[in-house]
Amino acid sequence: MNIPEELKYTKDHEWIRESGEQTVIGITDFAQKELGDIVYIEIETEGEDLAKEDVFGTIEAVKTVSDMFMPITGQVIERNPALDDTPELVNTDPYGEGWMIKTTIVDRAEFKDLLTAEDYRQLLDE
Amino acid sequence: MKSTALTDKHIALGAKMVPFAGFNMPVYYEGIKIEHNTVRDHLGIFDVSHMGEFTVTGNDALNFLQYVTSNDVSALHTGKIQYTCFPNDQGGIVDDLLVYCHDKNSYFLVVNASNIEKDWDWINKLAKNYDVELENISDQIAQVAVQGPKALKALQGLTDVPLDDIPYYTFTSVHFSGIPDVLISATGYTGSGGFELYCQNEYMPEIWDKVLEAGAPFGIKPIGLGARDTLRLEVGFCLYGNDIDDTTSPIEAGLGWITKFNKDFMMKDYHLKLKEEGVTKKLVGIELIDKGIPRQHMIILNRDEEIIGEITSGTQSPYTGRNIALGYVLKAFSKADTELIVQSRNKLLQAKVVKLPFYKKIT
Repeated sequence: MNIPEELKYTKDHEWIRESGEQTVIGITDFAQKELGDIVYIEIETEGEDLAKEDVFGTIEAVKTVSDMFMPITGQVIERNPALDDTPELVNTDPYGEGWMIKTTIVDRAEFKDLLTAEDYRQLLDE
Repeated sequence: MKSTALTDKHIALGAKMVPFAGFNMPVYYEGIKIEHNTVRDHLGIFDVSHMGEFTVTGNDALNFLQYVTSNDVSALHTGKIQYTCFPNDQGGIVDDLLVYCHDKNSYFLVVNASNIEKDWDWINKLAKNYDVELENISDQIAQVAVQGPKALKALQGLTDVPLDDIPYYTFTSVHFSGIPDVLISATGYTGSGGFELYCQNEYMPEIWDKVLEAGAPFGIKPIGLGARDTLRLEVGFCLYGNDIDDTTSPIEAGLGWITKFNKDFMMKDYHLKLKEEGVTKKLVGIELIDKGIPRQHMIILNRDEEIIGEITSGTQSPYTGRNIALGYVLKAFSKADTELIVQSRNKLLQAKVVKLPFYKKIT
Protein backbone atom coordinates (compact mmCIF):
# COMPACT_ATOMS: atom_id res chain seq x y z
CA MET A 1 0.00 0.00 0.00
CA ASN A 2 1.43 3.34 -1.05
CA ILE A 3 1.17 5.96 1.76
CA PRO A 4 3.54 8.89 1.00
CA GLU A 5 5.20 10.25 4.12
CA GLU A 6 4.86 13.93 3.19
CA LEU A 7 1.03 13.91 3.00
CA LYS A 8 -1.66 14.20 5.65
CA TYR A 9 -4.71 11.92 5.70
CA THR A 10 -8.31 11.59 6.93
CA LYS A 11 -10.24 8.64 8.31
CA ASP A 12 -12.38 8.86 5.17
CA HIS A 13 -9.32 8.07 3.02
CA GLU A 14 -8.61 11.49 1.55
CA TRP A 15 -5.06 12.83 1.35
CA ILE A 16 -4.05 16.50 1.46
CA ARG A 17 -0.83 18.18 0.37
CA GLU A 18 0.07 21.62 1.68
CA SER A 19 1.59 23.75 -1.04
CA GLY A 20 2.19 27.37 -0.04
CA GLU A 21 -1.15 29.11 0.45
CA GLN A 22 -3.03 26.24 -1.19
CA THR A 23 -3.73 22.56 -0.78
CA VAL A 24 -4.16 19.68 -3.18
CA ILE A 25 -6.64 16.96 -2.17
CA GLY A 26 -7.30 13.48 -3.47
CA ILE A 27 -8.20 9.98 -2.35
CA THR A 28 -5.68 7.43 -1.13
CA ASP A 29 -4.26 4.40 -2.85
CA PHE A 30 -6.22 2.26 -0.38
CA ALA A 31 -9.47 4.06 -1.30
CA GLN A 32 -8.99 3.61 -5.04
CA LYS A 33 -8.23 -0.09 -4.53
CA GLU A 34 -11.34 -0.53 -2.42
CA LEU A 35 -13.52 1.26 -4.96
CA GLY A 36 -12.14 -0.63 -7.95
CA ASP A 37 -12.49 0.83 -11.44
CA ILE A 38 -13.44 4.46 -11.10
CA VAL A 39 -15.75 5.55 -13.90
CA TYR A 40 -17.12 8.95 -12.97
CA ILE A 41 -16.20 11.86 -10.73
CA GLU A 42 -18.58 14.67 -9.96
CA ILE A 43 -17.21 17.84 -8.39
CA GLU A 44 -19.59 20.79 -8.55
CA THR A 45 -18.23 22.79 -5.64
CA GLU A 46 -15.65 24.85 -7.53
CA GLY A 47 -15.68 28.40 -6.11
CA GLU A 48 -17.54 27.37 -2.95
CA ASP A 49 -16.42 27.92 0.61
CA LEU A 50 -16.67 24.60 2.39
CA ALA A 51 -16.18 23.61 6.00
CA LYS A 52 -14.03 20.75 7.14
CA GLU A 53 -15.89 17.44 6.56
CA ASP A 54 -18.32 18.93 4.02
CA VAL A 55 -18.88 16.85 0.91
CA PHE A 56 -16.90 18.33 -1.97
CA GLY A 57 -17.71 15.71 -4.58
CA THR A 58 -18.71 12.16 -5.33
CA ILE A 59 -16.78 9.35 -6.89
CA GLU A 60 -18.42 6.51 -8.74
CA ALA A 61 -16.90 3.11 -9.31
CA VAL A 62 -18.55 0.45 -11.43
CA LYS A 63 -20.44 -0.88 -8.43
CA THR A 64 -20.48 1.89 -5.83
CA VAL A 65 -20.82 5.59 -5.17
CA SER A 66 -18.93 7.38 -2.44
CA ASP A 67 -18.81 10.93 -1.14
CA MET A 68 -15.52 12.78 -0.74
CA PHE A 69 -15.07 15.05 2.28
CA MET A 70 -13.05 18.20 2.90
CA PRO A 71 -10.06 17.42 5.14
CA ILE A 72 -9.95 21.12 6.14
CA THR A 73 -11.98 24.32 5.78
CA GLY A 74 -11.34 26.23 2.57
CA GLN A 75 -12.52 27.43 -0.78
CA VAL A 76 -12.44 25.00 -3.70
CA ILE A 77 -10.40 26.94 -6.23
CA GLU A 78 -9.83 24.30 -8.84
CA ARG A 79 -10.99 20.84 -9.78
CA ASN A 80 -8.96 18.40 -11.84
CA PRO A 81 -10.39 18.76 -15.38
CA ALA A 82 -8.52 15.67 -16.61
CA LEU A 83 -10.84 13.46 -14.56
CA ASP A 84 -13.82 14.32 -16.79
CA ASP A 85 -12.50 12.15 -19.59
CA THR A 86 -10.01 9.98 -17.75
CA PRO A 87 -11.39 9.17 -14.27
CA GLU A 88 -9.15 6.08 -14.27
CA LEU A 89 -6.22 8.40 -13.40
CA VAL A 90 -7.47 8.06 -9.84
CA ASN A 91 -6.75 4.33 -10.07
CA THR A 92 -3.41 4.62 -11.80
CA ASP A 93 -1.97 7.64 -9.99
CA PRO A 94 -4.05 8.56 -6.93
CA TYR A 95 -1.42 10.90 -5.42
CA GLY A 96 -0.39 12.50 -8.70
CA GLU A 97 -2.43 12.93 -11.87
CA GLY A 98 -5.51 11.62 -10.09
CA TRP A 99 -5.80 14.60 -7.71
CA MET A 100 -9.33 15.92 -7.09
CA ILE A 101 -9.33 19.56 -6.00
CA LYS A 102 -7.17 22.48 -4.91
CA THR A 103 -8.35 24.63 -2.00
CA THR A 104 -7.36 27.70 -0.03
CA ILE A 105 -6.25 27.37 3.57
CA VAL A 106 -8.34 29.17 6.21
CA ASP A 107 -6.95 27.81 9.46
CA ARG A 108 -3.54 26.18 9.52
CA ALA A 109 -4.29 24.74 12.96
CA GLU A 110 -6.63 22.25 11.28
CA PHE A 111 -3.63 20.40 9.86
CA LYS A 112 -2.72 19.30 13.37
CA ASP A 113 -5.92 17.25 13.56
CA LEU A 114 -5.15 15.34 10.38
CA LEU A 115 -3.54 11.91 10.34
CA THR A 116 0.14 11.49 9.57
CA ALA A 117 1.24 8.75 7.20
CA GLU A 118 2.07 6.66 10.26
CA ASP A 119 -1.38 7.28 11.82
CA TYR A 120 -3.08 6.40 8.56
CA ARG A 121 -1.05 3.22 8.17
CA GLN A 122 -2.14 2.21 11.66
CA LEU A 123 -5.77 2.96 10.83
CA LEU A 124 -5.55 0.61 7.84
CA ASP A 125 -3.92 -2.09 9.94
CA GLU A 126 -6.78 -2.10 12.44
CA MET B 1 -19.87 -17.97 5.60
CA LYS B 2 -19.68 -20.82 3.08
CA SER B 3 -16.76 -21.49 0.78
CA THR B 4 -16.92 -23.01 -2.67
CA ALA B 5 -14.57 -25.68 -4.00
CA LEU B 6 -12.56 -22.82 -5.53
CA THR B 7 -12.37 -20.28 -2.70
CA ASP B 8 -8.68 -21.06 -2.04
CA LYS B 9 -7.91 -20.48 -5.73
CA HIS B 10 -9.50 -17.04 -5.63
CA ILE B 11 -7.61 -16.02 -2.51
CA ALA B 12 -4.33 -17.27 -4.00
CA LEU B 13 -5.04 -15.21 -7.12
CA GLY B 14 -5.43 -12.11 -4.95
CA ALA B 15 -9.14 -11.62 -5.61
CA LYS B 16 -11.11 -9.08 -3.66
CA MET B 17 -13.51 -11.32 -1.76
CA VAL B 18 -16.97 -10.31 -0.58
CA PRO B 19 -19.83 -12.11 1.12
CA PHE B 20 -22.52 -12.89 -1.45
CA ALA B 21 -25.63 -14.94 -0.66
CA GLY B 22 -23.80 -16.49 2.28
CA PHE B 23 -20.71 -17.42 0.25
CA ASN B 24 -17.23 -15.95 0.29
CA MET B 25 -16.97 -14.97 -3.39
CA PRO B 26 -14.55 -13.02 -5.64
CA VAL B 27 -16.00 -9.67 -6.75
CA TYR B 28 -12.96 -9.01 -8.94
CA TYR B 29 -9.35 -10.11 -9.40
CA GLU B 30 -7.82 -7.29 -11.49
CA GLY B 31 -10.76 -4.96 -11.95
CA ILE B 32 -14.33 -5.12 -13.19
CA LYS B 33 -13.75 -3.27 -16.45
CA ILE B 34 -10.82 -5.30 -17.70
CA GLU B 35 -12.54 -8.53 -16.70
CA HIS B 36 -15.75 -7.47 -18.40
CA ASN B 37 -13.99 -6.58 -21.64
CA THR B 38 -11.91 -9.76 -21.54
CA VAL B 39 -15.11 -11.80 -21.64
CA ARG B 40 -16.51 -9.71 -24.51
CA ASP B 41 -13.33 -9.96 -26.63
CA HIS B 42 -11.63 -13.15 -25.48
CA LEU B 43 -12.43 -15.55 -22.68
CA GLY B 44 -13.12 -15.68 -18.96
CA ILE B 45 -13.82 -18.28 -16.29
CA PHE B 46 -16.22 -17.60 -13.41
CA ASP B 47 -16.74 -19.58 -10.24
CA VAL B 48 -20.49 -19.79 -9.91
CA SER B 49 -20.53 -22.70 -7.48
CA HIS B 50 -22.72 -20.69 -5.15
CA MET B 51 -25.65 -21.37 -7.47
CA GLY B 52 -28.12 -23.97 -6.18
CA GLU B 53 -28.92 -27.29 -7.83
CA PHE B 54 -31.96 -29.50 -7.26
CA THR B 55 -32.98 -32.74 -8.89
CA VAL B 56 -36.61 -33.62 -9.62
CA THR B 57 -37.28 -37.27 -10.40
CA GLY B 58 -40.29 -39.57 -10.51
CA ASN B 59 -43.37 -40.36 -12.55
CA ASP B 60 -44.88 -36.92 -12.01
CA ALA B 61 -41.69 -34.96 -12.60
CA LEU B 62 -42.98 -33.38 -15.81
CA ASN B 63 -46.47 -32.64 -14.43
CA PHE B 64 -45.00 -31.18 -11.27
CA LEU B 65 -42.61 -28.88 -13.13
CA GLN B 66 -45.40 -27.83 -15.49
CA TYR B 67 -47.33 -26.58 -12.49
CA VAL B 68 -44.51 -24.93 -10.52
CA THR B 69 -42.73 -23.22 -13.43
CA SER B 70 -44.02 -20.72 -15.98
CA ASN B 71 -42.44 -22.10 -19.16
CA ASP B 72 -43.66 -25.15 -21.07
CA VAL B 73 -41.55 -28.04 -19.78
CA SER B 74 -43.24 -30.46 -22.21
CA ALA B 75 -41.31 -28.73 -25.00
CA LEU B 76 -38.08 -30.11 -23.54
CA HIS B 77 -36.52 -33.40 -24.52
CA THR B 78 -33.36 -35.17 -23.41
CA GLY B 79 -30.41 -32.78 -23.39
CA LYS B 80 -32.45 -29.59 -23.65
CA ILE B 81 -32.48 -26.67 -21.24
CA GLN B 82 -35.08 -24.03 -20.54
CA TYR B 83 -35.03 -20.65 -18.81
CA THR B 84 -38.09 -20.26 -16.63
CA CYS B 85 -39.34 -19.03 -13.27
CA PHE B 86 -41.24 -20.24 -10.24
CA PRO B 87 -44.33 -18.00 -10.01
CA ASN B 88 -45.47 -17.47 -6.41
CA ASP B 89 -49.07 -17.44 -5.17
CA GLN B 90 -49.22 -13.61 -5.05
CA GLY B 91 -48.55 -12.86 -8.71
CA GLY B 92 -44.79 -12.43 -8.24
CA ILE B 93 -41.73 -14.61 -8.78
CA VAL B 94 -40.10 -16.93 -6.23
CA ASP B 95 -36.98 -17.27 -8.40
CA ASP B 96 -35.80 -17.58 -11.98
CA LEU B 97 -33.99 -20.76 -12.93
CA LEU B 98 -32.79 -23.18 -15.58
CA VAL B 99 -34.42 -26.58 -16.10
CA TYR B 100 -32.21 -29.29 -17.59
CA CYS B 101 -34.11 -32.29 -18.98
CA HIS B 102 -32.50 -35.73 -18.62
CA ASP B 103 -35.83 -37.31 -19.54
CA LYS B 104 -39.51 -36.90 -18.65
CA ASN B 105 -38.92 -38.43 -15.22
CA SER B 106 -35.67 -36.68 -14.38
CA TYR B 107 -34.76 -33.01 -14.36
CA PHE B 108 -31.94 -30.89 -12.97
CA LEU B 109 -32.74 -27.36 -11.77
CA VAL B 110 -30.26 -24.53 -11.31
CA VAL B 111 -31.45 -21.74 -9.01
CA ASN B 112 -30.05 -18.53 -7.56
CA ALA B 113 -27.75 -18.84 -4.55
CA SER B 114 -29.68 -16.22 -2.62
CA ASN B 115 -32.91 -18.19 -3.02
CA ILE B 116 -31.82 -21.79 -2.39
CA GLU B 117 -33.69 -22.18 0.89
CA LYS B 118 -36.75 -20.23 -0.22
CA ASP B 119 -37.01 -22.26 -3.44
CA TRP B 120 -36.44 -25.52 -1.66
CA ASP B 121 -39.23 -24.82 0.86
CA TRP B 122 -41.53 -23.62 -1.88
CA ILE B 123 -41.21 -26.61 -4.20
CA ASN B 124 -41.40 -29.08 -1.31
CA LYS B 125 -44.64 -27.48 -0.17
CA LEU B 126 -46.08 -27.88 -3.66
CA ALA B 127 -44.75 -31.42 -4.21
CA LYS B 128 -47.06 -33.07 -1.67
CA ASN B 129 -49.64 -34.29 -4.20
CA TYR B 130 -47.16 -35.39 -6.83
CA ASP B 131 -45.22 -38.63 -7.25
CA VAL B 132 -41.85 -36.89 -7.29
CA GLU B 133 -38.64 -37.02 -5.36
CA LEU B 134 -36.77 -33.78 -4.80
CA GLU B 135 -33.16 -33.54 -3.81
CA ASN B 136 -31.12 -30.46 -2.95
CA ILE B 137 -27.57 -31.21 -4.15
CA SER B 138 -26.34 -27.61 -3.97
CA ASP B 139 -23.63 -28.41 -1.43
CA GLN B 140 -22.13 -31.21 -3.54
CA ILE B 141 -22.10 -29.57 -6.94
CA ALA B 142 -19.60 -26.99 -8.14
CA GLN B 143 -20.12 -24.89 -11.26
CA VAL B 144 -17.92 -22.74 -13.46
CA ALA B 145 -18.92 -20.61 -16.43
CA VAL B 146 -16.43 -20.35 -19.29
CA GLN B 147 -17.62 -17.42 -21.35
CA GLY B 148 -16.46 -15.45 -24.36
CA PRO B 149 -15.93 -15.85 -28.10
CA LYS B 150 -12.91 -18.15 -27.59
CA ALA B 151 -14.69 -20.59 -25.26
CA LEU B 152 -15.24 -23.34 -27.80
CA LYS B 153 -11.69 -23.34 -29.12
CA ALA B 154 -10.18 -23.26 -25.66
CA LEU B 155 -12.33 -26.04 -24.20
CA GLN B 156 -12.26 -28.36 -27.20
CA GLY B 157 -8.78 -29.56 -26.28
CA LEU B 158 -10.08 -30.88 -22.98
CA THR B 159 -12.74 -33.25 -24.27
CA ASP B 160 -13.35 -35.66 -27.17
CA VAL B 161 -16.98 -34.62 -27.53
CA PRO B 162 -17.27 -32.10 -30.38
CA LEU B 163 -18.44 -28.94 -28.63
CA ASP B 164 -19.75 -27.66 -31.95
CA ASP B 165 -22.48 -30.26 -31.54
CA ILE B 166 -23.82 -28.64 -28.37
CA PRO B 167 -26.29 -25.98 -29.55
CA TYR B 168 -27.33 -23.06 -27.36
CA TYR B 169 -29.39 -24.20 -24.38
CA THR B 170 -28.49 -27.87 -24.64
CA PHE B 171 -26.18 -30.01 -22.54
CA THR B 172 -24.40 -33.32 -22.43
CA SER B 173 -22.27 -35.31 -20.06
CA VAL B 174 -18.60 -35.55 -21.03
CA HIS B 175 -15.21 -36.84 -19.98
CA PHE B 176 -13.46 -33.55 -19.31
CA SER B 177 -9.68 -33.52 -18.96
CA GLY B 178 -9.87 -37.07 -17.64
CA ILE B 179 -12.74 -36.43 -15.22
CA PRO B 180 -15.85 -38.50 -15.95
CA ASP B 181 -19.44 -37.23 -15.82
CA VAL B 182 -18.88 -33.53 -16.17
CA LEU B 183 -22.09 -31.84 -17.29
CA ILE B 184 -21.40 -29.23 -19.96
CA SER B 185 -24.09 -26.87 -21.20
CA ALA B 186 -24.09 -24.14 -23.82
CA THR B 187 -25.50 -21.55 -21.45
CA GLY B 188 -24.34 -18.45 -19.63
CA TYR B 189 -25.21 -15.09 -18.17
CA THR B 190 -22.95 -12.83 -20.23
CA GLY B 191 -24.25 -12.56 -23.78
CA SER B 192 -20.83 -13.52 -25.11
CA GLY B 193 -21.45 -17.23 -25.59
CA GLY B 194 -19.64 -20.11 -23.98
CA PHE B 195 -20.32 -23.00 -21.68
CA GLU B 196 -21.10 -23.85 -18.10
CA LEU B 197 -19.58 -26.92 -16.42
CA TYR B 198 -20.98 -28.79 -13.43
CA CYS B 199 -19.29 -31.51 -11.42
CA GLN B 200 -18.80 -32.81 -7.89
CA ASN B 201 -16.93 -30.33 -5.68
CA GLU B 202 -13.82 -32.49 -5.40
CA TYR B 203 -13.05 -32.37 -9.14
CA MET B 204 -13.60 -28.65 -9.68
CA PRO B 205 -10.17 -27.33 -8.60
CA GLU B 206 -8.58 -29.53 -11.27
CA ILE B 207 -11.07 -28.38 -13.91
CA TRP B 208 -10.41 -24.74 -12.96
CA ASP B 209 -6.66 -25.22 -13.42
CA LYS B 210 -7.06 -27.12 -16.69
CA VAL B 211 -9.36 -24.49 -18.18
CA LEU B 212 -7.00 -21.67 -17.20
CA GLU B 213 -4.13 -23.58 -18.79
CA ALA B 214 -6.04 -24.39 -21.98
CA GLY B 215 -7.34 -20.83 -22.15
CA ALA B 216 -3.97 -19.15 -21.68
CA PRO B 217 -3.21 -18.89 -25.43
CA PHE B 218 -6.63 -17.24 -25.83
CA GLY B 219 -6.07 -14.64 -23.14
CA ILE B 220 -8.29 -16.22 -20.49
CA LYS B 221 -8.72 -14.43 -17.15
CA PRO B 222 -10.61 -15.39 -14.00
CA ILE B 223 -13.68 -13.14 -13.74
CA GLY B 224 -15.42 -12.02 -10.57
CA LEU B 225 -19.06 -11.44 -9.72
CA GLY B 226 -18.68 -7.70 -10.41
CA ALA B 227 -18.18 -8.26 -14.12
CA ARG B 228 -20.78 -11.02 -14.09
CA ASP B 229 -23.29 -8.35 -13.09
CA THR B 230 -22.18 -5.72 -15.62
CA LEU B 231 -22.06 -8.34 -18.41
CA ARG B 232 -25.60 -9.51 -17.74
CA LEU B 233 -26.89 -5.97 -17.47
CA GLU B 234 -25.35 -4.97 -20.81
CA VAL B 235 -27.38 -7.70 -22.49
CA GLY B 236 -30.50 -6.91 -20.50
CA PHE B 237 -30.73 -10.15 -18.51
CA CYS B 238 -32.78 -9.84 -15.32
CA LEU B 239 -31.17 -10.31 -11.93
CA TYR B 240 -33.40 -11.75 -9.23
CA GLY B 241 -33.60 -9.38 -6.29
CA ASN B 242 -33.02 -6.37 -8.54
CA ASP B 243 -35.18 -6.57 -11.65
CA ILE B 244 -37.53 -9.35 -10.65
CA ASP B 245 -38.71 -10.38 -7.20
CA ASP B 246 -41.64 -11.62 -5.13
CA THR B 247 -43.76 -8.69 -6.33
CA THR B 248 -43.10 -8.57 -10.08
CA SER B 249 -44.96 -10.61 -12.69
CA PRO B 250 -42.87 -12.17 -15.47
CA ILE B 251 -45.23 -10.36 -17.85
CA GLU B 252 -44.20 -6.99 -16.40
CA ALA B 253 -40.53 -8.00 -16.51
CA GLY B 254 -40.56 -8.71 -20.24
CA LEU B 255 -40.48 -12.44 -19.52
CA GLY B 256 -43.70 -13.20 -21.38
CA TRP B 257 -41.61 -15.45 -23.60
CA ILE B 258 -41.03 -17.85 -20.68
CA THR B 259 -44.67 -17.70 -19.57
CA LYS B 260 -46.72 -20.20 -21.54
CA PHE B 261 -50.50 -20.39 -21.24
CA ASN B 262 -50.98 -23.71 -23.03
CA LYS B 263 -50.79 -25.46 -19.63
CA ASP B 264 -51.89 -24.90 -16.05
CA PHE B 265 -49.44 -23.36 -13.59
CA MET B 266 -49.35 -21.42 -10.34
CA MET B 267 -51.37 -18.16 -10.71
CA LYS B 268 -51.82 -18.74 -14.44
CA ASP B 269 -55.09 -16.77 -14.57
CA TYR B 270 -53.51 -13.72 -12.97
CA HIS B 271 -50.61 -13.60 -15.44
CA LEU B 272 -52.91 -14.35 -18.38
CA LYS B 273 -55.08 -11.40 -17.40
CA LEU B 274 -51.99 -9.16 -17.28
CA LYS B 275 -50.98 -10.35 -20.69
CA GLU B 276 -54.43 -9.89 -22.22
CA GLU B 277 -55.53 -6.71 -20.49
CA GLY B 278 -52.11 -5.11 -20.32
CA VAL B 279 -49.70 -4.35 -17.54
CA THR B 280 -49.54 -1.04 -15.67
CA LYS B 281 -45.76 -1.08 -15.34
CA LYS B 282 -43.05 -2.53 -17.54
CA LEU B 283 -39.35 -3.26 -17.23
CA VAL B 284 -37.43 -1.25 -19.83
CA GLY B 285 -33.89 -0.40 -20.85
CA ILE B 286 -32.85 3.15 -19.97
CA GLU B 287 -29.86 5.15 -21.10
CA LEU B 288 -28.78 8.43 -19.56
CA ILE B 289 -28.31 11.37 -21.90
CA ASP B 290 -26.75 13.53 -19.18
CA LYS B 291 -23.52 12.54 -17.47
CA GLY B 292 -23.93 10.36 -14.41
CA ILE B 293 -24.55 6.77 -13.52
CA PRO B 294 -28.00 5.35 -12.85
CA ARG B 295 -28.22 3.17 -9.74
CA GLN B 296 -30.73 0.79 -8.20
CA HIS B 297 -33.64 2.55 -6.38
CA MET B 298 -33.23 5.90 -8.14
CA ILE B 299 -36.63 7.40 -8.95
CA ILE B 300 -37.74 7.85 -12.56
CA LEU B 301 -39.81 10.93 -13.48
CA ASN B 302 -41.60 11.99 -16.63
CA ARG B 303 -40.89 15.36 -18.26
CA ASP B 304 -43.45 16.97 -15.95
CA GLU B 305 -41.37 15.64 -13.04
CA GLU B 306 -44.08 13.24 -11.88
CA ILE B 307 -42.91 9.93 -10.47
CA ILE B 308 -43.42 7.15 -13.02
CA GLY B 309 -41.00 4.44 -11.92
CA GLU B 310 -37.77 3.25 -10.37
CA ILE B 311 -34.36 2.00 -11.51
CA THR B 312 -33.76 -1.67 -10.60
CA SER B 313 -30.18 -2.10 -11.93
CA GLY B 314 -27.73 0.45 -13.30
CA THR B 315 -24.10 0.89 -14.20
CA GLN B 316 -21.70 2.42 -16.64
CA SER B 317 -21.49 -0.17 -19.38
CA PRO B 318 -17.80 -1.13 -19.45
CA TYR B 319 -17.87 -2.18 -23.09
CA THR B 320 -19.80 0.72 -24.59
CA GLY B 321 -19.16 3.46 -22.02
CA ARG B 322 -22.88 4.26 -22.00
CA ASN B 323 -24.65 4.79 -18.70
CA ILE B 324 -27.35 2.14 -18.70
CA ALA B 325 -30.09 0.82 -16.47
CA LEU B 326 -33.10 -1.42 -16.20
CA GLY B 327 -36.13 -0.03 -14.45
CA TYR B 328 -39.90 -0.26 -14.19
CA VAL B 329 -41.91 2.59 -15.69
CA LEU B 330 -45.64 3.10 -16.19
CA LYS B 331 -46.65 1.49 -19.45
CA ALA B 332 -47.40 4.83 -21.11
CA PHE B 333 -43.69 5.68 -20.81
CA SER B 334 -42.26 2.34 -21.94
CA LYS B 335 -41.83 2.96 -25.68
CA ALA B 336 -38.32 3.32 -27.09
CA ASP B 337 -37.06 6.93 -27.22
CA THR B 338 -39.51 8.15 -24.56
CA GLU B 339 -37.75 10.91 -22.66
CA LEU B 340 -37.42 10.38 -18.93
CA ILE B 341 -35.70 11.98 -15.98
CA VAL B 342 -33.67 9.98 -13.49
CA GLN B 343 -33.37 11.50 -10.04
CA SER B 344 -29.78 11.00 -8.96
CA ARG B 345 -29.59 12.16 -5.36
CA ASN B 346 -30.26 15.90 -5.68
CA LYS B 347 -29.91 16.09 -9.47
CA LEU B 348 -32.28 15.45 -12.33
CA LEU B 349 -30.63 13.65 -15.23
CA GLN B 350 -32.06 13.45 -18.74
CA ALA B 351 -32.57 9.89 -19.92
CA LYS B 352 -34.48 7.91 -22.51
CA VAL B 353 -36.00 4.49 -22.98
CA VAL B 354 -33.90 2.29 -25.27
CA LYS B 355 -34.43 -1.10 -26.79
CA LEU B 356 -32.75 -4.07 -25.13
CA PRO B 357 -30.14 -5.41 -25.26
CA PHE B 358 -27.71 -2.52 -24.76
CA TYR B 359 -25.01 -4.69 -26.31
CA LYS B 360 -25.36 -7.40 -28.93
CA LYS B 361 -22.66 -9.81 -29.96
CA ILE B 362 -21.67 -9.37 -33.58
CA THR B 363 -21.62 -12.83 -35.15
